[in-house]
Amino acid sequence: MILNMGPQHPSTHGVLRVLLEIDGETVVRIMPDIGYLHTGIEKICEAKFYQQVVPLTDRIDYLCPMTNNLCYALAVEKLLGLEIPPKAQWLRVLMNELTRINSHLVWLGTHAMDIGALTVFLYCFREREDILRLFEAVSGQRMMTSYFRIGGVALEPPLGFFDRVREFANRFPSKVDEYENLLTGNPIWTMRTKGVARITAEDAIALGASGPTLRGSGVDFDLRRDMPYSGYENFKFKVPVAQEGDVFARYVCRVQELRESIAMVQQALDGMPEGAIKADAPKVVLPDREKMKTQMEALIYHFKIITEGFAVPAGEVYQAVESPRGEMGYYVVSDGTAKPYRVHMRAACLANLQLLPKMCEGRLIADVVAAIGSIDIVLGEIDR
Amino acid sequence: MTLAPAIVDLEQLKEHPAIVRLRGWNPNAVEGAKFDRDEMSIYIERSAIREACALLRDDPGCPFNYLSDVTCVDWYPSEPRFEVIYHLLSIPKKERVRLKVRLDNDSPALESVTSVWPSANYFEREVFDLFGIRFSGHPYLRRIQMPENWEGHPLRKDYPVEGYR
Repeated sequence: MILNMGPQHPSTHGVLRVLLEIDGETVVRIMPDIGYLHTGIEKICEAKFYQQVVPLTDRIDYLCPMTNNLCYALAVEKLLGLEIPPKAQWLRVLMNELTRINSHLVWLGTHAMDIGALTVFLYCFREREDILRLFEAVSGQRMMTSYFRIGGVALEPPLGFFDRVREFANRFPSKVDEYENLLTGNPIWTMRTKGVARITAEDAIALGASGPTLRGSGVDFDLRRDMPYSGYENFKFKVPVAQEGDVFARYVCRVQELRESIAMVQQALDGMPEGAIKADAPKVVLPDREKMKTQMEALIYHFKIITEGFAVPAGEVYQAVESPRGEMGYYVVSDGTAKPYRVHMRAACLANLQLLPKMCEGRLIADVVAAIGSIDIVLGEIDR
Repeated sequence: MTLAPAIVDLEQLKEHPAIVRLRGWNPNAVEGAKFDRDEMSIYIERSAIREACALLRDDPGCPFNYLSDVTCVDWYPSEPRFEVIYHLLSIPKKERVRLKVRLDNDSPALESVTSVWPSANYFEREVFDLFGIRFSGHPYLRRIQMPENWEGHPLRKDYPVEGYR
């Protein structure tokens, strides 16, 4: 029988359509069908200035918007040859790790909810609410912040912001203990996740998996540690790796990443340097509002950047960062004008989704839901 | 803003291990190379791409065992029009390299690399869907993002941003 797990389904985490060919309860063939959220962002980017692309990048992987911003900003800064001041880099790492916690909380809540543990969902979203309030304090927006701009970050964090982050960071590890209390030793959870949707390291690498999906199978590779960017070389953190390659292993990896990320947030708060939050490049970076209102040159630069953009020297760059889902990459090609010639987003989930047939064929239907949840897909990234 | 100038001369870059390996196998496979902004790009001749990828994947010195991405750039109206781009990553050695293949407009077709890295499956389907480049040997070359009955290839430069509908 061919069963359609349609684009509208509570457990597919977005508009993913999965075609299941089943024999009784066993899945014989599984084929994902994507494209329901395709909005042509890559085409739109070719018609906008470099700084106008930044809000579009937020909406690609909408659960970790600042990571998208970071990747695009790093790529364009590489094209321009801009040096980013240390405070901007540390702020970027701080916000990036808070975004990672944000994304993993959504993953944990929805994954547990799909498998049946409904309580965890509300607990995770309670913590997420605190983080979203922090994002609103720093940028005015809860989710699609566009806080990282080309040349640094958009605004100085408000007074008392770092104290609020510190208070959250002190409170958070006990919450992770709460989630683990509910799930990790729970016999129902272990029966539904241990040994389910197993994938070996060779298959995972060959099929293009990255991030916790790859680390759950024993491959110790994390872009933040192995090919660092934006100041990550100054941070000490462990990269959690599990060996079994099943849903439980990926769960353990991500929960450990929650703990590591909050430790990195503490490190970022301890070591936050003083200084400018934007690079010293008047042709690229918007001037301060006060300067724009009082100095003529700042006004002219502001006008030119907004209406004409800034020309980027010709060339191409592929910049990859470690998003909560894996290797997110931006390939930006410039032809010397103020509009990018081509922007391509390498979506971590598009490659991770290719693991689904290997994971699910020969198993039960109920395991499909667990497998989709453990890959942690976001359709915005897959479809763009 | 200090950018080192790009090195585009193959003679200056021929010491790079990937180029040495490729030229050792087939000197005509490498059409050119570029080292710009700390990134190495190698232009590969069109008929040699699948073998070149297999060679780089199995290279004992620096095995490029991970395919990060397959994508395409449309340089309309210049010829050669299309440039298919492969981003490779070596997980053990933490190195990246970019392979580029230039294709004409008349028959943009290329051999698929799904036999080398199965992860190329969805990437090549997307390049086919949005640019119209056919990959021979692909197990399931169908449209992936656009609806099945869509006509035209949206990311080409002669397709308007607003679309036709």
